[in-house]
Amino acid sequence: MPNIIKDQQISDDSWQVWRDAATLPESGGYIVPLTLWLEHKDSLKALGDIAVFLASDESPKALANDITELNLIAVDFPKFADGRGFSYGRELREQLGYKGELRAIGDFMRDQLYFLSRCGFNSFALENSDLEESLASFKDFSESYQPSIDQRLPLFRRR
Amino acid sequence: MYIYDHFDRQIVSQRVAQFRDQTQRYLDGKISDEQFLPLRLQNGLYIQRLAPMMRIAVPYGTMSSIQLRKLAHISRKYDKGYAHISTRQNVQLNWPKLEEVPDILAELLEVEMHAVQTSGNCIRNTTADQFSGVAADEIEDARPYCEIIRQWSTFHPEFAFLPRKFKIAVCGSKSDRAAIMMHDIGLQISHDTSGKTAFNVFVGGGLGRTPVIGSLIYENLEPQHLLTYLEAILRVYNQLGRRDNKFKARIKILVRAMGAEAFKAEVEKEWAHIKDGDLTLSAEEIDRAKSFFQSPSYETLAQQDMQALALENADFARWLQHNTHEHKIPGYRIVTLALKTVGVAPGDITAEQFEAVADLSERYGFGEIRSTHHQNLVLPDVKQADLLALWKELDKLEVASPTVGTLNDIICCPGGDFCSLANAKSIPIAEAIQRRFDDIDYVYDLGEIELNISGCMNACGHHHIGNIGILGVDKKGQEFYQVSLGGSQGLEASLGAILGPSFAQNQVPDVIEKVLETYVSLRQPEERFLDTFRRVGINPFKESAYA
Repeated sequence: MPNIIKDQQISDDSWQVWRDAATLPESGGYIVPLTLWLEHKDSLKALGDIAVFLASDESPKALANDITELNLIAVDFPKFADGRGFSYGRELREQLGYKGELRAIGDFMRDQLYFLSRCGFNSFALENSDLEESLASFKDFSESYQPSIDQRLPLFRRR
Repeated sequence: MYIYDHFDRQIVSQRVAQFRDQTQRYLDGKISDEQFLPLRLQNGLYIQRLAPMMRIAVPYGTMSSIQLRKLAHISRKYDKGYAHISTRQNVQLNWPKLEEVPDILAELLEVEMHAVQTSGNCIRNTTADQFSGVAADEIEDARPYCEIIRQWSTFHPEFAFLPRKFKIAVCGSKSDRAAIMMHDIGLQISHDTSGKTAFNVFVGGGLGRTPVIGSLIYENLEPQHLLTYLEAILRVYNQLGRRDNKFKARIKILVRAMGAEAFKAEVEKEWAHIKDGDLTLSAEEIDRAKSFFQSPSYETLAQQDMQALALENADFARWLQHNTHEHKIPGYRIVTLALKTVGVAPGDITAEQFEAVADLSERYGFGEIRSTHHQNLVLPDVKQADLLALWKELDKLEVASPTVGTLNDIICCPGGDFCSLANAKSIPIAEAIQRRFDDIDYVYDLGEIELNISGCMNACGHHHIGNIGILGVDKKGQEFYQVSLGGSQGLEASLGAILGPSFAQNQVPDVIEKVLETYVSLRQPEERFLDTFRRVGINPFKESAYA
């Protein structure tokens, strides 16, 4: 069972990413593409636990009506330099009011963990890195100028 | 000047530690070249043709004498004893060693400096009018707002991996000395009839291979909304900006593709979610920022007659006319130090000059120095009575060439001598032109002319907005130069028109000479190069250049 980082701890995880947007999986436990979810919501829900991932060009606005039904939403980073997902994270949390698990998947890197968590991500399927060592990156900074999910007040209101 | 509190100090100090760790992991092979690239870029570190190049941030071009001395020390200890003032008012080192960069950052922190976001696809150093706070034509000092923007944009978690670099400039004067129309966002401070501060927001300007003048998308934005509005613009850009082609990834391409009105509508939609939210600036915060930029303790002095001063000495008189500007306080003058010595790359400065300028800024001012996007330095608060003495000192330092604002005040990128992006060398072109036009009386007779040189399309030398622009191009492996005319910065910004087919390096001074002769033969009394060009168009210049 692969490990992920969740709430700044290493934990077991059984979710698998289902990238085929044309075929339905045969069971639950998959994180499926947004398009598949939008088209086959009812069939997918009948399979059991189902989560959805956004590709980097898919705005979370498409999930506005499903926010309370989903316990896990993932954002896929096709390349670590593609920063659209950072905005999607904030939009899901701050505008759509999503409270469930928000997971980064794909080609992001350890040195982005701090910024990702400030944008609302709390779960990280981090590949090709030592997870234990990577935890240190959450503590890159102990203070920030901007507001975030865990600190609603910008620094200038706390000085 | 802004002074760090324990929060600022802690943030920059943790950045130093973070980069030290990243560099070590890179050297240990735990981070790939590809992954290390954005990490080092966001610390101002390029790997260039000959060595790494490191860009040190000078927020809105303001430095203290203490910081200048530290830069002198750093350039001596970690480099070859000189540094370079960039067209973004920053300071560049040309030869630092990668493994020593964390130590350089630690030394910079001692004087409240850093290299944060001086490169990479993030929000870059915010620039401002180099005469902010002292200009006679100032509406309001831009620096407090620049500092507010600096803090908001520093390590902004959402905008560290944008489609492309993002540059913001603020101007608080009637004349725009910050080229705000050529920025991703340009902010023009204005006062309404009751004297209240507001911002006109221009978006989507820029140079590079597709030069565009910014579009005004919001008039009279109230200061408390500054950050929420900026955040809305950035969020739209981060989601919709192109990422498939790096040459089409700047916000100017997005604004042009959508149309300024449609872009504005997207921003307004996003803004509606966050306007009046947590990021709304409080009056206390604006006052706090302003408290760092109070006027120093000026003496009450009588305004002196500049013409009488000029009688002292003819060389001094020339310098006075070209290298000094009107100050808002009677009896004071703003002095520009020309870093344009013939034979030295424009903007280069030695460790000894840094130290001498630091001393002069204390003797003839309040220990403050500005850097300019024309790659010069400024002493902002010089008493008129001290000008002659200061001029003698500057002359000894070889920073008193009385050519500010003339043909020989060339803006020039590092070019092919240093930069791995360049198609052609630019520094030798600048030198050849300066040598050709070494008759100062002729240069004065030509009057106000901006000549800008870039070694490639990326336009670090701002060639599009030079009255005369020179662009290095690669033609089958040979270095050639394309000349454009009629560009200008400021509130009446325009982009240069290409003269015609490009020229070989040795032809460039001749071509410039023909262009200037054409101007002299066609100009009307008191007409600047730019005015003549706008009146007669490009054809007469074309005819003489290719005759």
